Amino acid sequence: MKSLKAQAHHLSNSAAQLKVLNEGSFEQFSQKLKAINLFPLKPTRIQTFQVNLGKMCNQACKHCHVDAGPDRKEIMTKETMQQCIDILAHYDIGTIDMTGGAPEMNPNFRWFVEEASELGKHIIDRCNLTIILANKKYHDLPEFFAKHKVEVVSSLPHYTSTRTDRQRGSGVFDRSIKALQMLNSVGYGKEGTDLQLNLVYNPTGAILPSSQKTLESDYKKELKNRFGIEFNSLFTITNMPISRFLDYLLVSDNYDEYMQKLVDAFNPSAAEGVMCRNTLSIGWDGTIYDCDFNQMLDMKVNSTSTHISEFNLESLENRNIAVDQHCYGCTAGLGSSCGGQTA
Amino acid sequence: MKTYYNSEDLKKFGNIGEFSKELADKFFDYYGSVFKEGALTAREKALVALGVAHAIQCPYCIDAYTKDTLEKGCTEEQLMEAVHVSGAIRGGASLVHGVQMMNHTKKIMM
Ligand code: SF4
Ligand code: SF4
Repeated sequence: MKSLKAQAHHLSNSAAQLKVLNEGSFEQFSQKLKAINLFPLKPTRIQTFQVNLGKMCNQACKHCHVDAGPDRKEIMTKETMQQCIDILAHYDIGTIDMTGGAPEMNPNFRWFVEEASELGKHIIDRCNLTIILANKKYHDLPEFFAKHKVEVVSSLPHYTSTRTDRQRGSGVFDRSIKALQMLNSVGYGKEGTDLQLNLVYNPTGAILPSSQKTLESDYKKELKNRFGIEFNSLFTITNMPISRFLDYLLVSDNYDEYMQKLVDAFNPSAAEGVMCRNTLSIGWDGTIYDCDFNQMLDMKVNSTSTHISEFNLESLENRNIAVDQHCYGCTAGLGSSCGGQTA
Repeated sequence: MKTYYNSEDLKKFGNIGEFSKELADKFFDYYGSVFKEGALTAREKALVALGVAHAIQCPYCIDAYTKDTLEKGCTEEQLMEAVHVSGAIRGGASLVHGVQMMNHTKKIMM
């Protein structure tokens, strides 16, 4: 599958996506926030730096909000990574969350992890699992992660191969299982180790995720019984109506119903806990965003500090978070963030 | 095109209160309690509802509980098994009356 960008698809343009999102008769997200006195939405305290190391990926999943894939060449330079490290060294921001694309495909990925590790930061790697098997040079990633106590967060949209492969590509499930076994074999996800392995469930269609707790126990039972795999927690994440998932919703004629469902399921306590309140997202070119979704929609932060080279924590912690209709994806039902449910 | 069933009507289910609020309120209150997690899990109840929906062939309920069971983490196989349970009970219910037919046949025939 080619990225929307490589197809020159009209939805590869963020303005076109925002236009679709604002065309319907759905109540404005900002109005919903106003009604519960949360508008303008303000940060609480910035605790996490989510850095997008590039859009290149060995996979091309159907729902990808990044529109990532092997045909994407955007990648963070070492200079920009150094700027991130300098900021992390200077401020009390405890967590660095590395994402992409496949972050491990950035040629300076290991250096970046080592630097962050030296600073004593909590490191999260959003690893798509199959990258570990994609090339010999990645086979030792489990040992490397373990050495730096990196928390590994990996998507496995379902514990059955049909559903996972339908979303992520043929053969992805089997390779993901193999990679999970490799992570287990160095101690990840095992009781008595501090090597955290967390999985991500996101629905393989135009439906919302339900109880994280119930799904987690299903995953634990199925993966353990069928493949001997162990992991720590399952995060359930709602598919955001942007990029390739937006395209899917439109093509499959599910858009209106899905949006309506997100709007109807607006949950004030999920709104209180949206991740943009304690996270900053850094794009591959060093631009600062409220979250990875705003990044993909090219919605820069409302601050004098819009690039990592002119980082100003005070201004950023006092900004008004830029919201739009896609934000309903974070506030529906039990809430959704990169760390799973929020409500 | 005019049809007896309109998928948009499912969203208007709540409007039945317009003609009789008290009874609708009582029904929806009861409905909500029935589907809460109890001795059966919410997921088990949704699968029962999907099976019943097929037995009574209600298109609204089929749409609603297909989505609900999928959201609650059921697999396609589980959904289809619930439909087969419904089919088996419906088929069995017809066939078991064959005993009545046989009894009556034996009574009236030499
Ligand atoms: S693995 Fe992740 S980044 Fe890569 S295409 Fe799939 S969803 Fe997108
Ligand atoms: S989409 Fe981004 S800005 Fe909107 S609520 Fe979610 S995290 Fe916040």
